[in-house]
Amino acid sequence: MTDTQTALAAPARGRTTAPRLARLRDLALVPAIIVIGIVGYFVNPVFLHWDNLVNVLQQQSEISLLVLAEALVLIAGRMDLSLESTFGLAPGVAAWLVLAPGITHGLGWLSGAWSIPLTLAVGLVIGWVNGLLIVRFRLNGFIVTLGMLIVLRGLLTGISGGKTFFNLPSSMIYLGNAVWLGLPASIWICLVLYAVAIAVTGYTRFGRALYAIGGNADAARAAGIRVDRVLWGTLVVASLLAALGGLLLTGRLASVAASQGNGAIFTVFAAAVIGGVSLNGGKGTIFGAFTGILLLYMIQNVLTLAGVPAQWIGALNGAIILVALIISRITSGQAQE
Amino acid sequence: MSVPASAATGVPPVAAAHRITKRFGVTVALDDVSLTVNDGEVHALVGRNGAGKSTLVSVLTGLLAPDSGTVEFGGGPAPALADREAWRQRVACVYQKLTVIPTLSVAENLFLNRQGRGLISWGALRRRARELLDTWEVDVDVQAPAERLTVEQRQLVEIARALSHGSRFIILDEPTAQLDGQAIERLFARMRSLRESGVTFLFISHHLDEVYEVCDTVTVMRDARHIVTSPVAELDKQALITAMTGEATGLIDLGADRPAPDRGGEPALSVTGLGVPGVFEDVSLTVAPGELVGLAGAGGSGKMAVGESIVGLRRAASGTVKIGGATPRPGSVPAALRAGLGFVPQDRHKEGLVPGLSIAENATLTVPERLGRFGIVGPRRRDELGALAIDDLDIKAAGPEQPVSALSGGNQQKVVMARALANDPKVLVLMQPTAGVDVKAKETLLGTASAAAAGGAGVLVISDDIDDLRPCDRVFVLFKGALVAEMPKGWDDHELIAAMEGIRD
Repeated sequence: MTDTQTALAAPARGRTTAPRLARLRDLALVPAIIVIGIVGYFVNPVFLHWDNLVNVLQQQSEISLLVLAEALVLIAGRMDLSLESTFGLAPGVAAWLVLAPGITHGLGWLSGAWSIPLTLAVGLVIGWVNGLLIVRFRLNGFIVTLGMLIVLRGLLTGISGGKTFFNLPSSMIYLGNAVWLGLPASIWICLVLYAVAIAVTGYTRFGRALYAIGGNADAARAAGIRVDRVLWGTLVVASLLAALGGLLLTGRLASVAASQGNGAIFTVFAAAVIGGVSLNGGKGTIFGAFTGILLLYMIQNVLTLAGVPAQWIGALNGAIILVALIISRITSGQAQE
Repeated sequence: MSVPASAATGVPPVAAAHRITKRFGVTVALDDVSLTVNDGEVHALVGRNGAGKSTLVSVLTGLLAPDSGTVEFGGGPAPALADREAWRQRVACVYQKLTVIPTLSVAENLFLNRQGRGLISWGALRRRARELLDTWEVDVDVQAPAERLTVEQRQLVEIARALSHGSRFIILDEPTAQLDGQAIERLFARMRSLRESGVTFLFISHHLDEVYEVCDTVTVMRDARHIVTSPVAELDKQALITAMTGEATGLIDLGADRPAPDRGGEPALSVTGLGVPGVFEDVSLTVAPGELVGLAGAGGSGKMAVGESIVGLRRAASGTVKIGGATPRPGSVPAALRAGLGFVPQDRHKEGLVPGLSIAENATLTVPERLGRFGIVGPRRRDELGALAIDDLDIKAAGPEQPVSALSGGNQQKVVMARALANDPKVLVLMQPTAGVDVKAKETLLGTASAAAAGGAGVLVISDDIDDLRPCDRVFVLFKGALVAEMPKGWDDHELIAAMEGIRD
């Protein structure tokens, strides 16, 4: 055998520009957001006022944490429907335990200072149970979290008697109300968490493991990734984020309604898919998911400013999701999965 | 060609399995099997589907613990099963199925889960990946997502990844099954040059010619047992086939007693001026009732596209396809089926089978009208037809209700064949009908094709495997999208290959 054979190479594809295109796909919705900005300006110049933009950002900050949570789970190739119920139940349980019995269904067992740790602890436990059922016992994740969605919603209705918790302790209201450096705290929290998630999913082994598991779990296992542990951890983090999101909304509204978060999961899924996250796992970015939810809320804001009657908002919301889906299909040039 | 001299010089074997036994329930997958792979050789592992090759590979790569017996690497005992990293430093396997993450880049796949500590530096990762691929002369864009690689490129990336773990022993599980002729030659050249630089291969293949072309030693397994290990040069093809099948029969000349086709009347299949721009052009051919016609061509010649256009999986831009005198709507599989066509698609995993459904369901997918009226599917009728297919095609299965995912490759392919035959087609189009099946299953499949022709169907065989074309009455050769030759039965291998590669004398 001669050495010349080592010179043989597979047919070259050339060093194409594909990866750069892939990076551009993250920005696929940016033109759409700019277009909505311009349209919004012509509909009502108020749209581009600083106060209005802050308003849009704050309104979407709570649900955007749900989108962040769902995007992480989707990238790892799973789904979590129960996030919307966690969003309501976690602050609901905290309120239940710290509020004195009286007007609302409180127990008054703990002092108000416990409310934030309690909220997060409830999120942690829910995520852990999801992981136990899905990862350890290998139950179908879609149905498990659907069941959890119904159970958790029912628990919130049960402990609240179907009523709204109000008169909440100040620590519980603080995060949703405070203003830090001229911006509402919830915007800061949302942006910082997104920034952290972008760094983690893009630049750490844990983050890349999510993509590997979502793309091909067997290959990930073969590469030595502890698939079960990573999935379980992701489900816990997702529920924690949902609980935090619920806490922010509770603070902004100074109450926990029995229906808090009800139906939000559809918007969350829509935002993630519009933002380029694949329902089949392994594809999409956290930044993309952020642009997805931002686009949805900007369009809604434009419609409100345009004076669309409230009775039509429901139908329009559905239509917006479909239109946004079509826009992202066109701008990304990628089939959605 | 250098002969591995490790046995003589006392170098310990790269890998050795001693008296391995493995049971799955009542099935014995490996029965007291020993295998020694010497340093620097290319060792072939052959055997029919279900002979135990895959189980042995799983034991050798540490994915399965044997019930008894031991594995050694370089004279030392194998690491603990949980220590994946240690296994990966000793042995690597390139499987047929995908072991890369399709959505991630080549660079990331190469260094998955060992991207380094702390924050990942993508620039450095890409540089390391490029260096690694350059070292082994693999010309692949490290930034491309793995899903965009060809099968050949993916194999090379996986080999490079294995080498980067420090392993110098690589198992190739049927690497040639999905490659065309030129890619196979390139793979062999690379295997030889890697062997020169000290890499040892265990090579699994169904193509015995490949064993003779590239391997030094061959081990045959049959029915979960080790049959023989011998230098390739000392075992002729007949002896090899005998060792594999356990019978002293070679490749029978299939269909020799088939009546001569009637070329005078209306052709069963007539293709006129068929073309898809950029793929193939102006392809015209006819198949008479009772005739077996082959279509050969190198990878990229467009032969599969011709087949897909005939059966309606693809819509031709020009030309007509007539099936038994009727002209089905182009680009419509149901119309072609109604016109009396049966076909075996080229990739059974992708287009051929629904893995979770039973044999009977898969075999009767194309003929729901036979199972009952008004769209109602009669399960009993369906299982009868399924049982019939199992008998006719000698499918090794527990019964018609067994899911096809539980069958071996050869038996799965027989189910696809059964489905193609389910509507008693006037025209049968077979694309890669024997890809990844063993010698015995191949005989059954080609025998079935011959029987269909003897029964009056016109059969078109489109295949990369020259053995598939041997029973054919005529063979057409496609080169770069154009028909360049038509050869009557009795063609010479070299002549055919020359025409496929576009060499005209």
